Amino acid sequence: MTDGVRANSLRNGPNASGHFGDGLGGRFVAETLMPLLLELDEAYKVAKADPAFHKELAFYLKDYVGRPSPLWFAKRLTDELGGAKIYMKREELNHTGSHKLNNVMGQILLARRMGRTRIVAETGAGQHGVATATVCALFGMKCVIYMGATDVERQAPNVFRMKLLGAEVVPVTAGAGTLKDAMNEAMRDWVANIHDTYFLVGTVAGPHPYPAMVRDFQSVIGDEVKVQMQEAEGRLPDVIVAAIGGGSNAMGIFHPFLDDPSVKLIGVEAAGHGLDSGKTAASIERGSRGVLHGNRTYLLQDENGQITEAHSISAGLDYPGVGPEHSWLHEIGRAEYVGITDDEALEAFQTCTRTEGIIPALESAHAIAYAVKIAPTLSPETLLVINISGRGDKDIFTVAEHLGVKL
Amino acid sequence: MSRIARRFAALKQDGRGALIPYLEACDPDFQTSLDLLKAMPEAGADLIEIGMPFSDPSADGPVIQLAARRGLKAGATLPRLFEMVKSFREQDNDTPIILMGYLNPIEAYGIDRFCVDAAAAGVDGLIIVDMPPEETGPMQGPAKAAGLDIIRLIAPTTDDNRLKLVLSHASGFVYYVSITGITGTRSASDEDLRAALPRIRAATDLPIAIGFGIRTPEQAASASRIADGAVVASALLATLAKTLDPSEQATPSTLPSVLTQLRELAAAVRA
Repeated sequence: MTDGVRANSLRNGPNASGHFGDGLGGRFVAETLMPLLLELDEAYKVAKADPAFHKELAFYLKDYVGRPSPLWFAKRLTDELGGAKIYMKREELNHTGSHKLNNVMGQILLARRMGRTRIVAETGAGQHGVATATVCALFGMKCVIYMGATDVERQAPNVFRMKLLGAEVVPVTAGAGTLKDAMNEAMRDWVANIHDTYFLVGTVAGPHPYPAMVRDFQSVIGDEVKVQMQEAEGRLPDVIVAAIGGGSNAMGIFHPFLDDPSVKLIGVEAAGHGLDSGKTAASIERGSRGVLHGNRTYLLQDENGQITEAHSISAGLDYPGVGPEHSWLHEIGRAEYVGITDDEALEAFQTCTRTEGIIPALESAHAIAYAVKIAPTLSPETLLVINISGRGDKDIFTVAEHLGVKL
Repeated sequence: MSRIARRFAALKQDGRGALIPYLEACDPDFQTSLDLLKAMPEAGADLIEIGMPFSDPSADGPVIQLAARRGLKAGATLPRLFEMVKSFREQDNDTPIILMGYLNPIEAYGIDRFCVDAAAAGVDGLIIVDMPPEETGPMQGPAKAAGLDIIRLIAPTTDDNRLKLVLSHASGFVYYVSITGITGTRSASDEDLRAALPRIRAATDLPIAIGFGIRTPEQAASASRIADGAVVASALLATLAKTLDPSEQATPSTLPSVLTQLRELAAAVRA
């Protein structure tokens, strides 16, 4: 997070107005919110430069979140696939079961510095909502979570968790009742309650400074991988694979490696029923540039610029947009973006569980599925890292239903 | 002089502020919204805002969200909207038309082409909710070339430094968002409005309209006196919604209900 800025680095973005490359990112919000975003930008800059802030964050990351998370050599999966040497970055071992707490912890400390007492957040799978409700419980803050009504239904365990943690969960019925609609509603809440409320965005999207700030807080993942791989193998990894909805776990593991051209970065989007099925969440592969939720990025939209509904078996990937920095990495070719279908993810979910004894989140299963596809084509010297962004306990009902098992 | 400037100048001569009603394109269908648009000036509209339906109106409250959804369901697109305005201009060449909406459908249509086609149809100004001055670069030139005013929102949160920046990008009139919130929810008190206006007045010669939360004839009258105009949107859309049948189609009472309400608002503004 405090790396020195060097010329020609891919890690210097965004510029002061929040843009990546040719006009991606930015701040596309109503005037009412602009002064708040400028205030947030300033507060974050001050915190970022303050060693006391980093010290405080490091304390909570270690003793509360449980970092560092291990880098696990997945021997049985490696043997079964007979190719690249597969490592798993165990973000599912964080408190609350996903990478989400890394970012949430950073932002809640910032919100406290800014004197805010009420937190609003959007959530899809509920992982970000649970993480947010958790830190609100920890610091005794009021917490309101917006969640699409469809997601409330398919992620019932997480809804219950949030309520136990003291959060108010507001089901959003607009649109298809998924993450996009929850995001709209959280923005509406924020604009109506600016005096005491902090909007705690869960992914590397939204208006500047959120994409950069969330990326910074998640970069602890990649920073650790760099050190851990050095210890394990004495060198950099060759391939890093991570799932992408909004893209925070992927950006967190990619960003520290952007200036290491030998490291191939692969973002796995949810292809849903298939990239060309019309039921997909692959915003980069099947979307085009547009403006939504405060930033210019790749979006699933029709020819009239209306945002279309995304589809994925995984509620956490079911979003018609993607963080603007990913759009930029795609445009400059630094990262590669591919799609994995619902069925392939389900298959990988079982493969990982069976071979490694790790039940991954359906989101992470997309990354695993792509790794399973390419590992056999790679040499045994190739070091491949999969980001296991979350654990799959929350998904067992969905998986059981798809496998025709009654629980 | 543009239609907008002419209209505000004429109203100033008359010693009153403007009533600016809002309708959503194709809500609940193309013909009904066109009929409503055409009937609005006679019912007391001084300027008219037409909403460009967007799938994700994140600054709008439930009433406008539903109106946008009905509009989209009825096939609202920018070409259909231009058709509406063109048809309106055949009978009315004086009442300014302002399009209000979000940036993405405009970018999908193409910014240059949008400005040219909007102006050709008879549109006078644009309010693009999610396009702050900082992100106006690509729109500035084409809008100016086409003679379209870019109407700026100013919020209670806009501080003095920002006010200067926002006003330096404003033309036509200035839209004061009277509350921190979304459309059609809370209302500001007269006291709040009286306190807020002098700061903006001191910074610009442009007319100032007040919007967000203006529902009743009394509120419209008061806002149009404190400022130079009052925008009424959600209250009219809510009335329209109430007249629709269970399948959200227009009924014989749709137009009369909305127009009666508009007349009451106009009477108060003109009293």
